[in-house]
This record gives sequence, structure tokens and C-alpha cells, in this order.
Amino acid sequence: MRIGVFICHCGSNIEGTVDTAEVSRIARDYPEVAFATDTMYACSEPGQDGIIEAIGEHKLDGVVVASCTPRMHEATFRNTLERAGLNPYMFEMANIREHVSWIGKDREANTNKAADLVRMAVEKLRRNQPLIAKEFDINRRVLVIGGGVAGIQAALDCADAGLEVVMVERESTIGGKMAKLDKTFPTVDCSSCILGPRMVEIAQHPNITLYACSEVDGVSGYVGNFSVKIKKKARYVDWDKCTGCGECVEKCPSRKAPNTFDEKIGPGRAINIPFPQAIPKKATINAEYCIKLTKGKCGTCEKICPSNAIDFQQQDEIITEEVGAVVAATGYDLFDWTVYEEYGGGRYPDVITSLQYERLLSASGPTGGHVKRPSDGKEPKNVVFIQCVGSRDKSVGRPYCSGFCCMYTAKQAILTKDHIPDSTSYVFYMDIRAPGKLYDEFTRRAMEEYGAQYIRGRVAMVYPDGKGNMIVRGADTLMGRQVEVQADLVVLAVGVESAKNSPQLAEKLRISYDSYGFFMEGHPKLKPCETNTAGVYLAGACQGPKDIPASVAQGSAAASKVIGLFSKEKLKSDPQTANVDIKRCIGCGKCVLTCPFGAIKEVDFRGQPKAEVIETVCQGCGICSSTCPQGAIQLRHFTDNQILAEVEAICRF
Amino acid sequence: MTKHTYSYYPGCSGQGTSMEYERSTRAVCEAVGINLDEIPDWSCCGSTPAHTVDHTLSAALSGRNLGLAAKQGHDCVLTPCPSCLTNLKTAGKHMAESETFKEKVNRLLDEPLETIPDTKSVLQVLFEDLGPDALAKKVARPLKGLKVVTYYGCILTRPPGLMDFDSEENPISMDKLMQAAGAEVLQFPLKTECCGASHGVARRDLVMRLSGKLLDMADSLGADAVVTACPLCQMNLDLRQGQVNSANNASYRLPIFYYTQLLGWALGLPDASLGLDKLCVDPRPALQSISANKEVA
Repeated sequence: MRIGVFICHCGSNIEGTVDTAEVSRIARDYPEVAFATDTMYACSEPGQDGIIEAIGEHKLDGVVVASCTPRMHEATFRNTLERAGLNPYMFEMANIREHVSWIGKDREANTNKAADLVRMAVEKLRRNQPLIAKEFDINRRVLVIGGGVAGIQAALDCADAGLEVVMVERESTIGGKMAKLDKTFPTVDCSSCILGPRMVEIAQHPNITLYACSEVDGVSGYVGNFSVKIKKKARYVDWDKCTGCGECVEKCPSRKAPNTFDEKIGPGRAINIPFPQAIPKKATINAEYCIKLTKGKCGTCEKICPSNAIDFQQQDEIITEEVGAVVAATGYDLFDWTVYEEYGGGRYPDVITSLQYERLLSASGPTGGHVKRPSDGKEPKNVVFIQCVGSRDKSVGRPYCSGFCCMYTAKQAILTKDHIPDSTSYVFYMDIRAPGKLYDEFTRRAMEEYGAQYIRGRVAMVYPDGKGNMIVRGADTLMGRQVEVQADLVVLAVGVESAKNSPQLAEKLRISYDSYGFFMEGHPKLKPCETNTAGVYLAGACQGPKDIPASVAQGSAAASKVIGLFSKEKLKSDPQTANVDIKRCIGCGKCVLTCPFGAIKEVDFRGQPKAEVIETVCQGCGICSSTCPQGAIQLRHFTDNQILAEVEAICRF
Repeated sequence: MTKHTYSYYPGCSGQGTSMEYERSTRAVCEAVGINLDEIPDWSCCGSTPAHTVDHTLSAALSGRNLGLAAKQGHDCVLTPCPSCLTNLKTAGKHMAESETFKEKVNRLLDEPLETIPDTKSVLQVLFEDLGPDALAKKVARPLKGLKVVTYYGCILTRPPGLMDFDSEENPISMDKLMQAAGAEVLQFPLKTECCGASHGVARRDLVMRLSGKLLDMADSLGADAVVTACPLCQMNLDLRQGQVNSANNASYRLPIFYYTQLLGWALGLPDASLGLDKLCVDPRPALQSISANKEVA
């Protein structure tokens, strides 16, 4: 074998603390190394050309690049080898940036460590075998999880491109948080007027199948061929028959059910249609509050329904859908602000969340768009907005900025003035973050044209004055003094947190999530809507707080990724799979039991049981290899011999 | 509850202005089976003046008492006074956290402090060791019909990292104990507001305004009495109530109890052990109303 070794400077990233010329000099003495050099940027075009040139000139049949993490550039260099006519798996990467130069300052020690890592890579490469990827068919259907604005955008883009789309929505209607908003910033246009038509498109698009009131129960398979179990939750109404007339809602005597669409400020019913433009516009029974389902009496809706749609016997149902790609667009939830005892901890009815206020402003809300405060229905004259409630606050475990609260608070201050011309809005803020197009101008407008009083400082205490109003006391850090504002209504700009059960869904999708439950993108800059699991993409606030334009952009981006994936004739499988040495296999079946993907089956070989790997299902995790008592299952590209050779390379003394 | 013995640090207010707090604390603890073993030869905790001048000095004053307590062999020191509690806890915490600070303090002490005993308020022990349920079973004279607001003051639960007890914004321990004793506890939004504290001497106008606000709120809620746990709060609201009234054009006659006095009364302890006669605003009408309610019931 003739091995070429390339030590990358990565500008000064590596060269700054590693003597790369010395490493390449040492590498020349390693077995079967025919050529070694250092190079400024191995990944750049001249860098890659240099590798290709060296392969030709020195008749190399294997290459080691010592540079950054394989997660960054392994694919790049495998490509380079392919272009030079080598098998892409005759390549090894030594990570001397993240594992060496970035973590140590001692140049001599770093140089030695880098040389050791290169030795490991060389020893492994000497035992590499050319691997050929197999090709397999793609199921050109896509699953979109979540029917908020990001999911709607992704679904429509995919469907318009001719793909079949399956959309799963947890709630009984799509629309997500945007459907609850009255107006949107910075244009103050009606939220449901711009979202409504898109929702209708989802319902009417011939390529889209919508499962509302449903959740993803389990996902198996791999890119191109996922099998998804969807739980259609019992809604006790036959949606094929329900016409959405709403008579049942009007007559339902159970009026204590929480109205989740109105953020629990309006009266609820046990049977409900969330709002007039709901898609699908179908009634759903909340089993917890239904008198018939809890006590066995009532059944008013059943009697009154003109289309006999009520079905108290309905059960949860599991449906399986086969798709080739998944877009997660599960959105966000609001921070539970009641941990803030200084704002009353939920004890005062006139301290509400921004989304509740949005429902009070909305014409389809519980007050018909007339702002009335919850305690006594009075129209508020002084409205105090408190920003950063559950954002940028380490003490409640939410150190991050939710991004769009500054903007919606400005919008709500403007709308307050529109609704109640003789009102005054006060906004307690930390910093105003308005970095979008026309955003800063918008917040200025709230202050300058609508007279919103912006007070820079945190609120220390909100309490009732005993005469029906609230007192908001805080700091004015610009004036350097304490301020007290008498408020008729206090609106908390509650922050964003990951949607409930996000980690559970992430585990089903086998994607990563951060410590706050937001899904991890493939790369923070360059792969914003990919994940580290092939075929699974992200859209919207499930990846991190995002406003509507950003969510929509990411929805389209995710759709384009799916369309790109599906534009290929066939997909190539990763050849780094497990492989059974049939002579050594004793047919014990332990690998069959431990494989988490069901990728190993037992076959009969001349009357003896043997294990066999289904290569398209195998994910290359290696659990079977470490389980096998005979060493009969080996993971290609990571065989025992290869790993032991690496170990021996660093344990020479 | 098994009988537990604690080191007891009464604090200097208990010897003077809040004698009734001290007396009722001892009476209640005895009645519910908490042994208070007074620290022999205890001295001032340093109070506010010491730590405004020098933190080492302040810690040494408290440290001396902690040292004496450690010798008694109990695992924890109790004090009724929130100000003493702050000083004892601060001294203990800073010495435990910094070897250099501990050394500096120990240089001022006759006997260096090695083991630092834990410190708690009497309220915390009554709430956590005894608990409202056990207390309710011991109540002989329920405070039926008595509407009270609980006023914790600004330092009893603050700063949270130091006090490590109840909520710093909306404490509920006293509420629960008062409810267990049969009182109706009104939602008092100013539970942890400042009463003006020792500014009563130098800036009386401040106390008039701050304590006035507390009385206004208590009155607007319809309270029959205010329940406190701090000698200074109690003094500002009770002793200075007349001054506050004339400064604010008000005419309140709101009795300001220590929570131990009302607990003692509910437990049926004799008036003499509760020091009810030491209160400036006459508490008798409020207490009589309880008896009247009882007869009606």
C-alpha cells in the first residue's frame, strides 16, 4: 500500500500550536507512507487539487488527512479521493484541530500528540478495504409533524412540487400559535387573514393527507424508507359525518372545560370547535370534562347532532404511513410564568400573558375584540407590559432571548391605542431587540406615534392596591430611580420554551436536542434545517425561538431539502454496516436480540442457524459486534483488527 | 413529634422591646415539645451597626455565639429574630465558604470557631418539624373568625440563597400556621415589603410612609389584626401606629401580634405567658371577637 499523509494548517488554527511540517516529517517514517506534506487549507480547492495531484504523482492508494473533525470534512475528502479515482473509503482523518490545537497551548506536546493521531490513522488505513455503497429506492412521500405556519409552508411547498405529504397535528386544528394572533408585526396585518387561506390550501390540496388530533407514536426505518406509526386520538366525533355546524358546542352543558384556543380566558365547552376558520372544522370532545364520558349521563350533543356524528365509543387508533423523509415543525410552548411570585404567581386575574391578551384583541376571541380585563370586564386605561418574563433570566433556567417578544409587545402597545384611544401603555424592558427588516422602525413608532411609555428596567413587584387596580413597581435604570405605575391590566411577555414532549419526539426521530429541548440543527451556520439523521429536517421554532417570517423561511428551506433528496433516482446506502463471517457464526441469536433496528435476521444455512444482516436497515451502530461471543459479526470499516491496530499505534511502549 | 433540643439565641430585642415575642416563643415551644437550651453567656449578634462598619467584626460577634452554641452539643441554633438570624447565618456561611475569612474572624475570637452549627428561625422549626397538621390537633381555642394578614418583613426569607426557607416573594409558612390555628388568613400582597426598619430613628418620614402603606393595605383588606415575626416590624407597626396615623391622617387601631402570641392563645396558654399586655394597640377587642364568634357558633 502507498499512503499519502496531508497535515493541514487550517490557517493558524492548527499551525498556531502544532508544528505541522514536523508532523509530516515524522509521518514519512510510518509504515507504507509514500508521501507526506503539510498544506495551508486541505479542504480548499488548491488543497484538494494538491491531494489529487499527489495521488497521481506518487501512485497513492490511500490518504490520511490530519485536520479538523470528520463531521466537518470527511465527506469532502472522500469526494476528493473519488475524483482521483480511489475508493472513498481508502481514507482516514486525524482530528488535530478540535482534539489537539484548540485545546492545548504547548507546541511541543501538541506536535507529538498530532503525530500520534496521524500514526493511528495510518495504522487503521493500512487495514481499510474498499467499500461500495448499495443503491436503494426512495419512497417519495414526506411526513410533516406539526401544522403551524412552518409546517404549513413546508407541506405546501412539498405538495406543490408534486410530493405526497402526510401532515400530523396534535391539536384538533392546524394553524398553531399564529392562528391565535390578532395581528402580526411589523405590518399590523390580520393574522388569520393571511394564514387562513394557507390553512384552507392544506385541506384542499390533493397531495396532502391531514391527521389532526393525532400524534407520532413511533418511527422506524431510515432515510428514503421510514415507517411512521400515527396515533389518531379518540375525539368521540365521527369526523366523516361532522359538518362543523357547531350546534353541539352551543348546547353543551359542561362549561368548565378549559378553552385552550383562547388560552383559558374564555368560557370553554366539553365539545368544541376551536375557532370559526379551524381546519378541519370539526367538533372534538374533551373526555376529561364530558359529562357523558365521566358520569354516563347527558349525551345532549348526541341528541342534537343533525348528522349523527357523535360516537362515545370511539377509541384511539394507530395508523401506519410509509414516507421517505420527515419534517419536524412542532413549534414551541410558552414559559409557565407562575414561578414568578413577584408578579403574583398566577393569583391575580388581571395579570395575563401576551397570548391571552392577543385573544382579547382578536375579533374571534372571547370578548369579540373588545379589550375587557378578566376580573370585572372593565376596559383598561393603563396597560403595563412586562418584557422578558422567562427570557434572559438564569434564575428560572431560561438564559436565552426568546427573540420576538420585543416586537409583539410593541405591536400590542400599538393595538391597545387603536382599541382604546384614551389608554396609555407602559413597557418595562431590558433592551429592545428589533433586528429585522422594518422592525426597529416599528418599535420607534410604538413610542413616538402611539405614545407607549418605555421604561428601561425590571419589575420588582406586581400587587393589587386593594381598590381594584394593580400596582407595578420597578426600576427605571435610565433615570436611576424607582417607579410605580398604577395599572388596570398587566400583560406579561412570556418567553418561548420547547414544545411539550419535544425530547420524546426527538428520541423517536433519533435526532439530537439541546438542554432546553430544542431540536439540534446539523450545523449552526451551514445546516440550519438538516439534522444529524439523514432524511429528517427541521422547520420553525422547534429548532429555537423564531418569528413568523423566519419560521416560514425555514419551512420552505426544509421543503427544498426534501425535494432535493427526492430528486435523486436512488439513494446510496452507507456501506459501513455489520457483516457476518458465516464460518465463525454459531447461530446463538444474541445479535438478533440486541439489534435496536431489527436489522439482523436468523437464516438457515445448510441446516444450521446463522445470522444475516439486512444491509439497508443496518445503521452501523456496532452493538452486534460487541455482543457476538465469537467475533463473527464485524462492522465494516470498524473491524476489531482496525480498532486494535489504532490502539497499538498509541500504546507502543 | 419527638422532643428535640435546640440551642437557643434569644437576641437583645427579646430582652427589651420584644419581650412578649421572647416570652411567647418560649411558651409555644414548650407547649409543642421543642426544647430551647439557651446559649450560656450569649452576647450581641452584631445587629445592623456592626456589619455596616466591618464584616469581620460582625462575623466575630455572631461567631462568638456560634462557638458557645457548638459547645452545647446540639446540631442547630434557633432564634426568633430575623435580624439575628441573618447575622448568624451570614457569619456561618462566609466562614464555611472562605478559609481566609474564617482565619480573620478567628483571630478576633478568644476561642477559634471550628465546627459551625446550623441556624434556623423558630418559625422554620415550627413549620417544618411540627407542621400545620400537628399544630391543628393541639389547638384548644381556635382563632375562629379572626381575619389576619401575615407580614413577614423583608429579611425573614431573604436573600433566598442564605435563608433557604419558604418563598422569598410569597412566603406561606406563617399563613399555614395561622390557618391551622383557626384564623382566616387574607391574601396580603405586601408580605415582604419593608416597614422602614431602623430608619424610624433617623428618617421617621420614611417609616411613616412605608409602615403607613402596610396599615392601609391591611385595613383595606378588612383585617382584624396583623401577624408579624420580626421585632422591628412589630415595633414600627405597633408602637409607632399612633405616629403613622397622625402623619397619614388615619385612625387605625389595628393590633399587631407576634405569630407566637396568637399560636399560644390558640393552644390555650395563659395570657401572662404570651405578654399580650405588652402590645401598644389593645388586642383585647380582636381576641374578644373570637370568643364572641365561638359563642355564636
